[in-house]
Amino acid sequence: MSVAPAEVERPETFEEVVPDTPWVTIVWNDPVNLMSYVTYVFQQVFGYSKRKAEKLMLDVHRKGRAVVSSGTRESMERDVEVLHGYGLWATVSHDK
Amino acid sequence: MSFRRKRGAGGSEETGEALNGFRGVRGGGATATFVPSQAEIIRSLVSQIAELVGGEPGPGEPGPGEPGLAEPGLTDDAFTGRAPGAPRPGAPGPGAGTPDNPGQPPDPLDDLARLLGQAGPATPPDDPVLARLLPDAYQDDSDAAGDFRRFTEQELRNGKAAAARTVLATLPEDGGRIRLTEEEAQVWLRALNDVRLALGVRLSITEDFEARVQDLDPADPRSAYMWVYDWLTFLQETLVHALS
Repeated sequence: MSVAPAEVERPETFEEVVPDTPWVTIVWNDPVNLMSYVTYVFQQVFGYSKRKAEKLMLDVHRKGRAVVSSGTRESMERDVEVLHGYGLWATVSHDK
Repeated sequence: MSFRRKRGAGGSEETGEALNGFRGVRGGGATATFVPSQAEIIRSLVSQIAELVGGEPGPGEPGPGEPGLAEPGLTDDAFTGRAPGAPRPGAPGPGAGTPDNPGQPPDPLDDLARLLGQAGPATPPDDPVLARLLPDAYQDDSDAAGDFRRFTEQELRNGKAAAARTVLATLPEDGGRIRLTEEEAQVWLRALNDVRLALGVRLSITEDFEARVQDLDPADPRSAYMWVYDWLTFLQETLVHALS
């Protein structure tokens, strides 16, 4: 059994510095993926409404790319991994 | 991105229902009817994807290297460039272990190494089809892309191989009417998409595909695959709608 350590004076609470959503997931346009399928994938993966998913899909289609999610680097890497599983062309980017 | 009108693929009446693609079923899932030659084409193409990505073999794996396609002009291996039935280099036979250790059960240490991220490559595959199926996760940062690939590529390969196996397990060789659960149908979507991505690279598919396929000389060896690609696009479109 261990003895409880003597009370240590806690340092001043300091807030973790979290930069404002610095990482994003980008989906790129490609000639093979179907518009209906891409919309479906955005709904499935991100739980977006059909309307939001369609808007993002059209952004990808017309502008060549669209930011589909943002957050920590780790969560963006998870998103990209899932999107690659669906065959979408996705990358992680630092949104500066 | 592409768009496919939900019209039938044309053809004679004898194939009947087989030209209608997928439709939704009450309570979720989807159903479709395939004639034997259609089933053979799908089975062959998803087998080639499984072979290409080389995921871990599943239990009772039917295995790639299915009999060759019956359609003239489709007898070559679409993605790998080998004749169907030709021996695959390093291919595990039935009951075999890893390619490095034929006949041996998979080494648990290999799994551990994979878990620890030591087994994965850091560079994108040379083959353009594989490079499209397993793309870089970072565009302008090759170090980050390499790290990501080392830790995730094997899992991505396994997922694609597993999707191909689901198609093989749910589509009989002689076709017929199949009924997929919602979960199976979602896996089919990904597997069909992988086949289309692979064909898209090999056929240099562009967004003006519909115009090109009309203009293509029937004598062009790519012509048969173009029509297969177009049919698979139709099939995937009907499956998305069946699930939406």
